Amino acid sequence: MKLMVNGREHEVDVEDDMPLLWVLRDELGFTSVKYGCGIAQCGACTVQVDGIAVRSCQLAVGDLDGDVTTIEGLGTPEAMHAVQQAWVDHQVAQCGYCQSGQMMQATSFLVLNGTPSDDQIDAAMSGNLCRCGTYPRIRAAIKTAAAKLQGA
Amino acid sequence: MGRGKTIARRSFLIGSAVVLGGVAFGTYLVKSDPENPLAQNAGAGDAVFNPWVKITGSGITLVTPHTDLGQGVTAMQAMLIAEELDVELDQISTTPGQPAAAYYNTALAAEAVPFRSNDDGFAASAMRETMGAVMKVLGAQVTGGSTSVPDSFDKLRHAGAVARETLKAAASAETGIDAGQLKTERGAVVLPDGTRMDYTTLAAAAARMEPVTDVPLRDPSQWRLIGKSQQRLDTLAKSTGTQVYGIDVKVDGMVHASVRSNPRKGAPMLGFDATAAEGMRGVQKIVALPYGVAVVADNTWRAFRALEEIEIDWDVAPYPAEQSGHWAAVAASFTSERLDKEWRHDGDVDAALDGADVLTAEYRAPYVAHQPLEPLSAVVRVGSDRVDIWAAHQLPRFVQQRVAKRLGIETAQIHLHNQFAGGSFGHRLEFDNIDIAVDVAREVPDTPVKLTFRREEDFAQDYNRQIGMARGRGAHAGGKVTVLDLDIATVSASRSQSKRLGAPVPGPDTQIPAGAWNMRYAIPDLRVRAYAVPELAPTSSWRSVGASTAGFFAESFLDELIHAAGADPMEERLRLVDDDDARGVLEAVAEMSDWGGPLEAGKGRGVALVTSFGVPTAEVVEVTATDAGIRIDRVWVAAEVGRVVDPVTFENVVAGGVIWGLGHAMNSEITYSDGRAVQDNFHMGEGMRLHQCPVIKVRGLENGVTVRGVGEPPVPPAAPALANAIFAATGTRLREMPFFRTVDFV
Ligand code: FES
Ligand code: FES
Repeated sequence: MKLMVNGREHEVDVEDDMPLLWVLRDELGFTSVKYGCGIAQCGACTVQVDGIAVRSCQLAVGDLDGDVTTIEGLGTPEAMHAVQQAWVDHQVAQCGYCQSGQMMQATSFLVLNGTPSDDQIDAAMSGNLCRCGTYPRIRAAIKTAAAKLQGA
Repeated sequence: MGRGKTIARRSFLIGSAVVLGGVAFGTYLVKSDPENPLAQNAGAGDAVFNPWVKITGSGITLVTPHTDLGQGVTAMQAMLIAEELDVELDQISTTPGQPAAAYYNTALAAEAVPFRSNDDGFAASAMRETMGAVMKVLGAQVTGGSTSVPDSFDKLRHAGAVARETLKAAASAETGIDAGQLKTERGAVVLPDGTRMDYTTLAAAAARMEPVTDVPLRDPSQWRLIGKSQQRLDTLAKSTGTQVYGIDVKVDGMVHASVRSNPRKGAPMLGFDATAAEGMRGVQKIVALPYGVAVVADNTWRAFRALEEIEIDWDVAPYPAEQSGHWAAVAASFTSERLDKEWRHDGDVDAALDGADVLTAEYRAPYVAHQPLEPLSAVVRVGSDRVDIWAAHQLPRFVQQRVAKRLGIETAQIHLHNQFAGGSFGHRLEFDNIDIAVDVAREVPDTPVKLTFRREEDFAQDYNRQIGMARGRGAHAGGKVTVLDLDIATVSASRSQSKRLGAPVPGPDTQIPAGAWNMRYAIPDLRVRAYAVPELAPTSSWRSVGASTAGFFAESFLDELIHAAGADPMEERLRLVDDDDARGVLEAVAEMSDWGGPLEAGKGRGVALVTSFGVPTAEVVEVTATDAGIRIDRVWVAAEVGRVVDPVTFENVVAGGVIWGLGHAMNSEITYSDGRAVQDNFHMGEGMRLHQCPVIKVRGLENGVTVRGVGEPPVPPAAPALANAIFAATGTRLREMPFFRTVDFV
């Protein structure tokens, strides 16, 4: 089957019920997409499908209907997205394992709500676990990114 | 005491060696230990060399052997070298290097810790606590026990300084200009006329020089990097998805595997039927192991799925099958036979309690899993003459020795490529992922096998925090706490862990009472006794180890006594505290939180002070009792660390430690039923989520003479400060973790 990832078409030969997570990681080599729980509890596997954040561990690749964006599609170290830049400015990461998922969630959320309140940030981000406890910086980085995206 | 005098005389010797295309500066370790595997090919008296700084014509590499678990040690180690070497962090690359004896963790070895003549018995006591039973055994290349900073602080700066001065000597020899007239900056020696000689071009000449080793370290006033905010080396990669973790490693020809081991941990696998799995797509091999079954496949998910189709017959657990049996064993351990040690007895507690109005209370702390977000994994290739391992591990040399023994080959044939870890919290001190990956990989020789644990397997096989209870008796008089008697009974995580390391620790376990017996209070009659519960389910070091339980017991019971005395929790602690550093952190959080200022209705505040790993840490937690449950609003935390080496990481890691302590106290436990851990994924025990996270204000105090690490010390005060705040807000005293058994959280 064919799928679009970060604007490029990929062909894979896999079962329909293989979760998108494992197609991306093991078949296509996008290891920025992380396995954390496999049951929609941690958000480490978050990617976007047509701009909407989804848990790739829960989406069977056969049910995929849209273009996939991973963190590499958001921006690169040389040309970062405003959300990634805010993550750098606030030095959010500790181990960093959750952060690709956090940023994919935050970016999708900021498209839907460009001027979020604190409560809205809390509600949108609470499905993404960070075992290192970087939540204060995630909140701050989202506010910085929101302001920058509004100004842009 | 001035910090200039605190530079310890270490027993290591910094020197240089010629390497391909340049020079390396590092440590010579004279072969004195016949077991030292890296010195196997060296004769007695020969030296084995391990570098910290490598400079060749093509670049500058700093070796950062402490494992990066997310705590930022790679950046910290590089910063210490770069400070004296006069290179900028954008000019260097880092590598963990190969595991080696020369990266011996000096901070973990009791004899290497410099006691100062003015240290009284109390400071020495605090240090003995740091040197927990396990830590003594692990006097090797270890990342743990909050020791990376103290271990590295002098050693790495010295390595940088030796390299710098030797490069200057090389420039001097080449130009004839006296070394005293040469300066260094941005990776170059600068001549008086401004001409720059890059280190990379001087490397070959420096390799021929006698290294300049008698180099004084710079005064802190001259530091460019230490104590200054700067971008961590890994921030960019971790903000763009380009950081590679152990679980992401790709090796040519690699296959994928996963495993189910007996969930009744430690018991054997009796038999299995893999008929349904054998024909499944992508399945290459079913491997029977003494303790379980593994599947090798061409994709991780296919391995996971095939595993689910295998029927396995498990033997019974070597510990009580039901949780009630675990609690019963703990409760039965407050006996003279199980007394591990009476750690402290000031005054005469029995006499003081005789006839007094005695307050009693009993506390419980459950097993808790580590569960960093990156599940356990390892890539292993067993070749005919070498074995390669790609994994993140806190004990890299132990990994080599263990695998060599398992395969019956030489340690020198084991090549460990240590990786960045997606968290650890003590999880990566254990070896299951390594052992199993080796067992599977030897069945498919020359093929790299990536073993990935399903999250459910990771939970099932975790070596949890010690389970324990405490019983307190105490009294007050005239509005003051006068007697505190605390008996603590936990299983010994240190003994459980060191037994698996093959190095049992003699003597009492310092971790059972850690954070309690060393309380920095002068209570007239004070006793702390530790009881060792016989091993139940296996346990291990969990972020802050013993202090995460004993600190909760001690600071909760003290709070009960203070309230019973009718005193203010902060004022009474400040009255009782008998140590300047501890008083400093208490005063700091009192000031930061405006303790005693007006509070809205429904709000309550609690305070706790726990010293662990030599770091007195105080926290104030503020909560609101809402209709929907307890909401944690704000936390103020102050820690005395002697020196904040990296302020950006310091703030992040301290706040993270508070969140770790609060979240697990709120909702995390492991309980057993049918010999298995009941909790198997993050829907059962998730720690804290973002919407529950309070505003956290962090302050690092720098009055102490010793530079200390802060990965663990913020954890222990969090739980008691939260319990004490909930009591202040609601009148409900929480004596059992996790607290969600008693109260709801928003
Ligand atoms: S791995 Fe998908 S939500 Fe955790
Ligand atoms: S930074 Fe480690 S899990 Fe979020």
